[in-house]
Amino acid sequence: MNLLLDAIRWVFDPANYGGPNGIDTRSGEHLALSGLVLLIAVVIAVPFGYFIGHTGHGRGIIVPLSGGVRALPTLGLLILVALNVGIGVVAPVVALVVLAIPSILAGAYSGFEAIDRRVIDAARAVGMTEWQILIRVEIPLGLPLLIGGLRSASLQVIATATLADYVSGGGLGHFLFLGLQTNNYPEMLGGSIVVIVLALASEGLFGLLQRLVVPAGVAARQPKDVRLRPVRSQTALG
Amino acid sequence: MNWIANNLDQVGQLTLAHLAIALPPIVLSFVISVPIGWLANRLRWSRGILRWSSGALLTLCVLLYAIPSFPLFVALPSLIGTGLRDPVNVVVGLTLYGIALMVRTSADGLAAVDPDVRESATAVGFSGWSRFWRVELPLSAPVLLAGLRVVAVSTVSLTTVGAVLGISSLGTLFTDGFQRNIPAEIATGIVVTMAIALIIDAILVLVGRLLLPWVRATSRAGGPRTSRSVKQAVVT
Repeated sequence: MNLLLDAIRWVFDPANYGGPNGIDTRSGEHLALSGLVLLIAVVIAVPFGYFIGHTGHGRGIIVPLSGGVRALPTLGLLILVALNVGIGVVAPVVALVVLAIPSILAGAYSGFEAIDRRVIDAARAVGMTEWQILIRVEIPLGLPLLIGGLRSASLQVIATATLADYVSGGGLGHFLFLGLQTNNYPEMLGGSIVVIVLALASEGLFGLLQRLVVPAGVAARQPKDVRLRPVRSQTALG
Repeated sequence: MNWIANNLDQVGQLTLAHLAIALPPIVLSFVISVPIGWLANRLRWSRGILRWSSGALLTLCVLLYAIPSFPLFVALPSLIGTGLRDPVNVVVGLTLYGIALMVRTSADGLAAVDPDVRESATAVGFSGWSRFWRVELPLSAPVLLAGLRVVAVSTVSLTTVGAVLGISSLGTLFTDGFQRNIPAEIATGIVVTMAIALIIDAILVLVGRLLLPWVRATSRAGGPRTSRSVKQAVVT
């Protein structure tokens, strides 16, 4: 317990702020790295996921592939890339993008697949083109699950970005590796506490976003209490 | 390729060390999580403080998963009184992660059992205990299996992180390869780790087919509500 108190004292010690190795600077690096990674992963994964979800094509290839990517040890990929492109921030970005893609991809296509097929048939029946179905029906209805995918990707990336400093990629991992080398437990634990706070902040933010993006019409129909779920005849109508 | 041929013994030994660390957390987290998930699901249906505690339990699991693996492996020795380079740290840490993932999946899987089915089981005379084993568990088994597969694959891959602390596993090939600048060594570590993960995954799928023959038969008949909650459980 004393160790934990020391760690909390370390987090709030003004001497640990400011300068290139301050907690504030390192947190900023950590968040910038994670944000950049998520942005790149979204740009790659969302169009693919939407394509799979909309057409149903490629599911047989992409799903096992992204399962395989989950098995890929991030530390190994990070080090392998670092040996090829040199130490710095590039290797962590590549390794973390690969880590983030499966969750976002799964969120994108399962968001589409979870939509009641009758809704899409109805959209087609009232004369919507495929693009209109995509933009005005599938994307809004699939958004909560996509944000759910982003949420778990963000958590994983923020937690795993601590390894970035193993190849001098910066971020909060600095305190962990430095603490490990100098046997400075308060610094190691303090660094972890900051990472945990960032991870939880991301959870809270995406959780909130996930609620906000549920379209008003859908939210109105979902009963708050599970015991008040609609009876069968209503389900058949809706 | 030369590197592998010359270091086959080392790779074999590290593979065994890796399995010794990775397998216990997969089994332990499953055995521990299902009862907790059941409890969380039961509390979800109650009122007041109990209902709140269900939410708190699930939030605690998310919190647990938010702890980065590497600092957790560092912090555990001081909490459970092991040495800094003791593999037990990694086993305990990975079990905690497994629980964090699996409790949520178990709760969601058990919640996805149709309430009508649950009530029918009670109506035909199942006690709470036998209803769990003979109705709820078999019906939520596909979701539990999907969760277990995620836990297994991520556990095998996370085991490598222990190498940063000097705990022997296939991750040792990464740190050693980095220090000595041998890309082939790192590539070998990645390939063998992935192979182990995929083999364990394949075994789980096979076991699932043998133990859950009704899944394929009923999957086409499953309603949209069931399939959606299953998908959500797998995504999150």
